[in-house]
Amino acid sequence: MITLAHFIVLGAVLFCIAVASLFINRKNVIVLLMSIELMLLAVNINFVAFSRFHGDPAGQVFVFFILTVAAAETAIGLAILVLLFRNRSTINIAQIDSMKG
Amino acid sequence: MPNMNDILILLPELCLVVAACLLLLLDAFMAPARRWVLHWLSIAVLLVAMYLVMAGQPEQSISAFNGMFVRDRVAEILKVFALLATVLVFIYARPYLIDRKLYVGEFYTLTIFAVIGIMLLVSAGSLVTVYLGLELLTLSSYALVALNRDSSLSSEAAIKYFVLGALASGMLLYGMSMIYGATGTLDLAQLHTAASLHNSTPNLLLFGLIFMIIGIGFKLGAAPFHMWIPDVYQGSPTAVTIFIGSAPKLAAFGMAYRLLESGMGDPSLAHQWQQMLAVLAVLSLAIGNLVAIVQTNLKRVLAYSTISHMGYLLLGLASANSEGYAAAMFYAISYALMGTAAFGVILALACAGFECEEVDDLKGLNQRSPWLAFLMLLVMFSLAGVPPLFGFFAKLMVLQAAVHANMLWLAIVGAVFAIIGLYYYLRVVKVMYFDKPVEGSEHKPQSDLSLRLVLSLNALALLVMGFCWGPLLDWCKSAFPAV
Repeated sequence: MITLAHFIVLGAVLFCIAVASLFINRKNVIVLLMSIELMLLAVNINFVAFSRFHGDPAGQVFVFFILTVAAAETAIGLAILVLLFRNRSTINIAQIDSMKG
Repeated sequence: MPNMNDILILLPELCLVVAACLLLLLDAFMAPARRWVLHWLSIAVLLVAMYLVMAGQPEQSISAFNGMFVRDRVAEILKVFALLATVLVFIYARPYLIDRKLYVGEFYTLTIFAVIGIMLLVSAGSLVTVYLGLELLTLSSYALVALNRDSSLSSEAAIKYFVLGALASGMLLYGMSMIYGATGTLDLAQLHTAASLHNSTPNLLLFGLIFMIIGIGFKLGAAPFHMWIPDVYQGSPTAVTIFIGSAPKLAAFGMAYRLLESGMGDPSLAHQWQQMLAVLAVLSLAIGNLVAIVQTNLKRVLAYSTISHMGYLLLGLASANSEGYAAAMFYAISYALMGTAAFGVILALACAGFECEEVDDLKGLNQRSPWLAFLMLLVMFSLAGVPPLFGFFAKLMVLQAAVHANMLWLAIVGAVFAIIGLYYYLRVVKVMYFDKPVEGSEHKPQSDLSLRLVLSLNALALLVMGFCWGPLLDWCKSAFPAV
């Protein structure tokens, strides 16, 4: 029997993987975009599970909004990435450090 | 079902949405030489929206679309000042944008969309509206930061802002999902009732609250979630920095108020988040004021100064009573006006090929342009909180609110760091008045009339408001009737 707790744990595990990869990954900006996407999807699992548990459709409607905004966010992120590559010829995170202090 | 009345309640926002789309079209079909039309039209549109906000203000708080959107006094005041700050931004930014070939229609439309995001955010009646308003604001800001497409610093700032901003949104959303799980509602008013039903705070709710505070801390730029602020302030074109440093601070206050007071304001919960905000406030005051001392870049100095100012704003929020909210709102307004004036002076000094970004660029400013030096002096004294300027009374109010809320130690920390902070503001004044100008730095300041006139009014207002801050404070207090 799969219960609410299973879904919440799945959401939490995905969220932790996403946040960890944001901090551990030192090589590539594209991986950062993937982690951000994973983070939002983990949240979506939570919302759908809670929505089903409470019998309240509002949570699932929220998921549609999150998916749409995530698409827009990724589009802007990729555009900035292209810009960064054009200006620097690299997307290595370790080299994006010209501002400090 | 939504009806005509709902649409009328949303009129200022709808008017701005339509206008932004029309401006975008107009820009596409207009010769670049006629872009001044777009500039003044954008300002006119913002002023019209400001009029609609004030004229259509209902006596009592009303909501539209089943409680998704709330229109009350808090929203009114924050919207008026966010629109005012944006008008100032447009006027100050124009000469700078022309000099750097960034004078494009996107700047205006993106900024207006960001303002619509701010207006939605401060009027939010549900977690969905909070999220959508916030994303509209931040997505437009990411694009604005990257406005200077050929600048390597600008794109670096944009990618840093993007990654950290997306992380913050993710944290906020995760918190929201936990709170939804604990209460079963997304509506902030219902959430408030649902949270008060429990005798002891459920762990799920508390867990969600912590994530939500992290998200709010990121958006406010409070330490230890402040990493993006200095880089974004330094890397983005100054015309964009001035926007990011002013109106969104009002939005961040509005968001914190909606989520914490409207949603989680039940005394048992409030006690929990008061402690967390107090920690954030102390850290912001310490990091902001201490790190600013060693900065040499003027925009970074102002960035760390923002972090310390957010500490004072949190001091007011942490009081969690009507006096504290009124003081925090008063502080946010004063900061928005000081921020526009401070970056306005930088924009007035920067000309083609000269950014005026370093503190040393101000050397001997008093001999070159005494009036601008005097305006900068007013702004710096106001930011530092020297009486009788506006900033002093704003600080006084939040410290007083903290004392009345039995957080004397917080008020003492705030006062001590205000004195430490005085050092780096006075350093700017010293450089302007007592250092000799560097040879070959005879850059002429901008001669644009509207810029000079409005900037003078803006900075002098800081002095005038130091003497007649009463009406504004009363207005802020009327938004938070004592419970």
